[in-house]
Amino acid sequence: MKKKFKLEDLDCANCAAKMEEGIKKIAGVKDANVSFLAQKMTIEAEDEKFEEIMKEVVAVCAKIEPDCRIIM
Amino acid sequence: MNKKQKKMLIRILVAFVLFAVLFVCEHIGILEQIDNIWIIFLMYLVPYLIIGYDIILKAARNIRNGQIFDENFLMMIATFGAFGVKEFSEAVAVMLFYQVGELFQSYAVGKSRQSISDMMDICPEYANIEDDGKLVQVDPDEVAVGSVIVVKPGERIPLDGVVVEGDSLIDTAALTGESVPRRAKTGDEIISGCVNGSGTLKVRVTKEFEDSTVAKILELVENASSKKAKVENFITRFARYYTPVVTIGALLLAILPPLILGGGWGEWISRACIFLVISCPCALVISVPLGFFGGIGAASRLGVLVKGSNYLEAVAEVTTVVFDKTGTLTKGEFKVQELFPERISGEALLETAAYGEGYSTHPIANSIKDAYGKEIDVSRIGQAEEIAGHGICIPVDGKEILIGNEKLMKAKEISYTPCKSAGTIVYVAVEGSFAGAIVIADSVKEGAKEAIARMKQVGVKKCVMLTGDRKEAAQAVAAELGIDEVHAELLPGDKVSKVEELLKGQEGKDKLAFVGDGINDAPVLTRADIGIAMGSMGSDAAIEAADVVLMDDDVRKIASVVKISRKTLTIVKQNIIFALAVKALVLLLGALGMANMWEAVFADVGVSVIAILNAMRALKIENTKCTY
Repeated sequence: MKKKFKLEDLDCANCAAKMEEGIKKIAGVKDANVSFLAQKMTIEAEDEKFEEIMKEVVAVCAKIEPDCRIIM
Repeated sequence: MNKKQKKMLIRILVAFVLFAVLFVCEHIGILEQIDNIWIIFLMYLVPYLIIGYDIILKAARNIRNGQIFDENFLMMIATFGAFGVKEFSEAVAVMLFYQVGELFQSYAVGKSRQSISDMMDICPEYANIEDDGKLVQVDPDEVAVGSVIVVKPGERIPLDGVVVEGDSLIDTAALTGESVPRRAKTGDEIISGCVNGSGTLKVRVTKEFEDSTVAKILELVENASSKKAKVENFITRFARYYTPVVTIGALLLAILPPLILGGGWGEWISRACIFLVISCPCALVISVPLGFFGGIGAASRLGVLVKGSNYLEAVAEVTTVVFDKTGTLTKGEFKVQELFPERISGEALLETAAYGEGYSTHPIANSIKDAYGKEIDVSRIGQAEEIAGHGICIPVDGKEILIGNEKLMKAKEISYTPCKSAGTIVYVAVEGSFAGAIVIADSVKEGAKEAIARMKQVGVKKCVMLTGDRKEAAQAVAAELGIDEVHAELLPGDKVSKVEELLKGQEGKDKLAFVGDGINDAPVLTRADIGIAMGSMGSDAAIEAADVVLMDDDVRKIASVVKISRKTLTIVKQNIIFALAVKALVLLLGALGMANMWEAVFADVGVSVIAILNAMRALKIENTKCTY
């Protein structure tokens, strides 16, 4: 399943790149893209575990850029 | 400016005023009367905390989360270092300058993002549905196929459909870049994303919003930034090493020289701080993707969708363009080109042929009837007898008419004059004697010749045409357009192998683009380095498989995209070189003790802002006389 999320207050391009890398490392994530320009995040992950994975995604993002909010 | 930026601006102003007061006091000697250095330190600490508290908080939080090498941490260390060597005013000034730069940067990025998303603003917000005689606005998502929607003048067409009532001019500029409005009347298909002009239209929806043109385009554009160009990937990789290397450099610079040369810790620490400030690769990380985004935006303004930065990058290196003839260089509609009447007038020949083909719906029959242009009186036509692979035999006004190819003439033993023209040739005989020949051919698209010439101008070395047509017809078109190489009489499957052959002949970095429109072109579009599809005539499969889509099928725009691509790459390269050069220079000067903190902050945020502004030029390409 592929899902898109809007991001708020994503202020730094380097953080976006770090977030992308971090998300890609989560088990079950097939592909991830964090677009600093579009302020959007696309995540492709296994259907059954999507919610669990999203929790991890939120944690990873909060670690890297605490200001940035993911709008679910 | 958003709320966050406004708050920052206020903080900057307050801190600046406080700092200015302290700075003046220090220089006119008031502060020297204070003996205790701690008091001076505390005085400077006030503006420092006002401007930099969030940096310190973020740095602390990030260290706790195991994210050490980030900008905040580096700024904190650098300014703490300045405090440590009793350069109080410098610590405050650097933090202030850094925040000003950050504000500029966030403002510039916000602006750029805004101008790009404005341009992509083709998404319809609502659809009008008639309910009990009243118009109700609903989400385009909720409208089912087959329902009738009302599009009022000035509104954006929310869904693809067919006009069932009304007459209007439609502005397709947002999708195709074409400024001349298109006429839409009952029975015409219209696409979503266009703006309705003067008249109210009732439209029967043919596609759900998800499958509509506008939704597809938006998806393509949004996904475009996820396909990264080689330069972008290089920058990402570079950034991963750059920061740690510079930070380690700073550490060594702070420790080694004083240990080896002895003494002077303060001096070396402040030099190391300069390194830390420069260690963020932000200028590159922001400006490179922004440049590509701008280039893709500029292309989409012209009505050309580029599906990714990597494709935009590759277009710059195109040296060979391969065309599938029908639908790209020619219109794909057959027309009567020449008449060779014998013993009768041209008009009579055409009339005879048109009546002879009266019942037929074959494309060739239609083109003859179109050329004749008058109503066919079917009472004049008798029972037709079809001769498969040859043509037909049909009585018109009681006379026996034969219409068909050379084989028909031979089979019926009619003495005819063979016609050598390029195209499909239809021979006509009346009552057993030859009446003449009609040449039917696909007509060349407007601007196709210009398109080839433009491509040559922008550096395309070879234009190749592939077609299933007869050799004569293909060569005639090629000669007219200035095509370098023709491969005719190909079966659909042969196109892939021909393109593969051409791909093998490419040298080094040279790229090959294939331009096509048909369903059977999809494999070739995928195989070529860059697949270019026709957006309005093209099949969905071709658009899906392509990397670049020409929304209004105008092949002249290929040359424009090459120009946009080159300009974008130039801008990106300028930014990379500029940012790296400034950073390297300041690093060097810093190590030698010839640069101060101000220059370091400039090398960080100042360079970012300049690079962002430069990247935005990519978006403005269309103003530089490159509309075509």
